[in-house]
Amino acid sequence: MRETIGFCFMFFGVVFDAIGCIGLIRLPDLYNRLQASLKCVAMGTSLTLLGTIIIVGLSPVGAKALLCLLFILIISPTTEHALARASYFAGVRMWEKSIVDKLKQDIEEPKS
Amino acid sequence: MINILIIALVCCAFLCLFRIARGPTASDRAVAIDILGIMIVAFGAFMSVKTGKEFYLTTALVWALLNFIGVLALSKFLEGKGFDD
Repeated sequence: MRETIGFCFMFFGVVFDAIGCIGLIRLPDLYNRLQASLKCVAMGTSLTLLGTIIIVGLSPVGAKALLCLLFILIISPTTEHALARASYFAGVRMWEKSIVDKLKQDIEEPKS
Repeated sequence: MINILIIALVCCAFLCLFRIARGPTASDRAVAIDILGIMIVAFGAFMSVKTGKEFYLTTALVWALLNFIGVLALSKFLEGKGFDD
């Protein structure tokens, strides 16, 4: 029973990984690809590690999986934020049909 | 069951490799490398469940940390600043 629930979590994790990778291939510019690729992390790998924890239970393997889950959930948004900001200032252009650019507004009119 | 999931994950990793080979700018390649590292973490979890060995998950943990440091250094390099500010 416990293994069945764990395999269900792992299956949905792989499904979200596949959706994120298709988004990484299909979407038009860098910022949209960042937005799609975080689905790989936040749902895909997290659900996989959660399924691992459910299958193996309380053991050293489960403790390492829990630690890995916490690390990934803290680390990955930090990385993507730094990468998006760096590539904006490095001059990577947005898609031509993008309609809002809040960072440019903030640079032109700094908040008092 | 778990073999099918591992094969599906490897197919997704090949999609990431396509983006690494194709990507127009360096930032696209950096994003794809980040996601490839995250998928390797998931692969370590799968192998740990399949074989019952513990060291696959240890490798995945170390890989996640090194991936973080590597992509952060790469983003500082792309921005054109030094590593200490």
